[in-house]
Amino acid sequence: MSLEAKVQIKSLSIRYSDGTESLRDVSLDLYARQINVLFGPAGGGKSTLLRAINRLNDLVEVAERRGEILLDGKDIYAPDLDVVALRRRVGMVFARPVPLPMTIRQNLHYGPQLAGVRGTRLDELAEKGLRQAAIWDEVKDRLDEPASSLSGGQQQRLCLARTLTLEPEVILLDEPTSGLDPISTAKVESSLQQLKEAYTIVIVPHSVQQAARVADQAAFFLQGELIEYGPGAKLFTRPSDQRTEDYITGRFG
Amino acid sequence: MSRQASQRVAFALISLAAALVIVAILFIAGTIAVQGMGALSWEFLTGVPGDGMKAGGIMPAIIGTLLLTLGTAVTAVPLGVGAAIYLSEYSQDSGFTRAIRIAIINLAGIPSVVYGLFGLGLFVLFMRFGTSILAGSLTLGIMTLPVIISTAEEALRAVPQSFRVVSTSLGATRWQTIRQVVLPQALPGILTGVILGLERAAGETAPILFTVAAFFLPRLPSSIFDQTMALPYHLFVISTQVPGMPIRIQYGTALVLLCFVLSMNVAATLVRSRFRRRRQW
Amino acid sequence: MKKSSWWEFGIERAVQLAGVSAIVFVILILLFLIRESVPGFADVSPGELLGERWYPTEGRYGLLPLIAGSLLVVLGAAVMALPLGLATAIFVAEVSPRWAREVLKPLIEVLAGIPSVVLGFIGMLVLAPSVRILTGAPTGLTAFTGSLLLALMALPTIVSVAEDAIDAVPKSYRDGALALGATRWQTTWRVVLPAARSGILTAMMLGIGRAIGETMTVMMVTGNAARIPKRIGDLFYPVRTMTATIAAEMGEVAQASTHYHVLFVIGISLFLISFLINLAAAIVVFRQARRSERVLS
Repeated sequence: MSLEAKVQIKSLSIRYSDGTESLRDVSLDLYARQINVLFGPAGGGKSTLLRAINRLNDLVEVAERRGEILLDGKDIYAPDLDVVALRRRVGMVFARPVPLPMTIRQNLHYGPQLAGVRGTRLDELAEKGLRQAAIWDEVKDRLDEPASSLSGGQQQRLCLARTLTLEPEVILLDEPTSGLDPISTAKVESSLQQLKEAYTIVIVPHSVQQAARVADQAAFFLQGELIEYGPGAKLFTRPSDQRTEDYITGRFG
Repeated sequence: MSRQASQRVAFALISLAAALVIVAILFIAGTIAVQGMGALSWEFLTGVPGDGMKAGGIMPAIIGTLLLTLGTAVTAVPLGVGAAIYLSEYSQDSGFTRAIRIAIINLAGIPSVVYGLFGLGLFVLFMRFGTSILAGSLTLGIMTLPVIISTAEEALRAVPQSFRVVSTSLGATRWQTIRQVVLPQALPGILTGVILGLERAAGETAPILFTVAAFFLPRLPSSIFDQTMALPYHLFVISTQVPGMPIRIQYGTALVLLCFVLSMNVAATLVRSRFRRRRQW
Repeated sequence: MKKSSWWEFGIERAVQLAGVSAIVFVILILLFLIRESVPGFADVSPGELLGERWYPTEGRYGLLPLIAGSLLVVLGAAVMALPLGLATAIFVAEVSPRWAREVLKPLIEVLAGIPSVVLGFIGMLVLAPSVRILTGAPTGLTAFTGSLLLALMALPTIVSVAEDAIDAVPKSYRDGALALGATRWQTTWRVVLPAARSGILTAMMLGIGRAIGETMTVMMVTGNAARIPKRIGDLFYPVRTMTATIAAEMGEVAQASTHYHVLFVIGISLFLISFLINLAAAIVVFRQARRSERVLS
């Protein structure tokens, strides 16, 4: 199977105006139908990179951005690009589950409704998302309860389902299982294995173990720099950089 | 004196001070309630004043205060909530927003009688509204603006940032996020602030002295360019300007005004506590 | 798509305009106060304005008695309200059992909600006669009566702002002090209050600011005699404040007369005083915020 570069990051540098987490000259391809893992110690710039791919960084003050990000070969920072359309193509799941303060159903309808979807199609998208996130059976009878009544693990899978209702092409996950128990984590991970058949998945895992478990492709970040990247099988068994080896063997981190 | 003894003395003094405050408040409210109760009757609430205000009711003053409160709301709520949305959702910290904040602080500190002067100068004379409900509402509205802006901004800021981020990630524009997620969550807080602001406006006398209040006008106003009686000013008039005023009517008027204002206070408290129980974050 | 972005743009401009309105109003207020007070400065020389006699009917516009009257009443109020307010704030934040707090906080909100004209009314009918009997003065409508009521009016501001400040002191400070063997009172007095001092200072300034601008209450209970208080005993004689003068006389003056313009001169002075007080309070708050950011980051 040949690899198709869905997202291409070219010499990207980002610095926030308050001087925190930054990226230095990162170049990296993210592949379609693969689980792309970005990992490394905290403060390495992984989340910054994730949030650059759907331009959520626009919400915070970015002092400086150089380089470019291409989605299907098109620059996502081009001035005439429709940011809202971009965010529908590039969905995101966050570290902490954040159900919007509405019912489960309203959470699932939220994105498609904004995109102009109406009528029964809304419920179809909702059900499809819930099934893909492996939570349909648990919530199908309680769709009109407040989303906050779900357990933490359910909430996070609801958030994944909510992202899927927009039928995005790329799914970004920022430590999606950091607050979850092992069983919920396993459910999310197995959902991801299904989803990668159709989507480009980019995940910042919450541990090296998770990184090694799910990675088709892996990239190791340290203090804003990309140290190395390549197929997960190789990177986790025969890393070419000493720092990568030190990190995955637990010598620091 | 031992440490324990000095603690005991200090705590006793502090408790005494608090008790004094409680007693003072209860005494004031109690006096008005007890003395004013006797004057309350259907005729008092719905009648017009007669016999040089020494008899009859205070209905025109009640209606006038209602109208002024409404006018204040119409002036201050859109501007105040809009400004709060700007400060909380759109603006970044800059010299410009700092200027707005200093202006708000300044507005909040201006004595109410100075608002009265300003209303007289701008609305009554310069814009030729005359002493009218319009001039009075605008004056009270501007006076209320800082209260509404600061409470509404606080309510907006209390909505977790994560909701905004998630909504944006789902393809919402900034305004869609505000409309669909932020405002509904902040609404009870905003409402509380609005009611508290209007409560203050409803009880004010000094700003309406020269802009709207009529000494004696035993009919209802017919347009916003009319003068009107108002409860606070009426209380002032009958307690200082009319010799031989029956004390019962004075207390009755004070009680009605107090009830009017405190019922808004209670409304604000109810909104706040209902919201605390229902909120999901 | 284009339509929705125009809508977005329009909304942003609209709320920005609402924000700007605050600045516009401040400027308008200042502008009109200046416009109406300038003729006053022209008609009455600065020397006369600082004169000791306020007899507008005789063309004497000395503001000194009014300024002194305001000062006396506010000072008297401050002396009573500051300790009482601080003590109440400490009581609510540090000393009181839960139930007492649940009673006290709404009560203080009620006090904040009582219209000033109602307080003035009670002051005239109940407080003034008591003051007259207690002091043996010829009238109960004195500066002291005004101070008492003003103190009451400044209390809610002082208590709520000071309590917030005390509440904001991190629990770790208290734990640290208690762990070193301090009593609860020593912790409060030596650790918590010093840590909250800038907030407490703000509370006091805002409370005094509120008192200076208060109009109706003072007008109703201070007797309104424009004489300069010279001794501490004058606290028990009638005075006339700046705010009360405007409120009492503006209704009766001929528009565009000297008297009218001089009342605006008083107004602009009040504007400037309150501006300075609030600015000072704001600066304390800003500086405090920056300091705590530094500590936390």
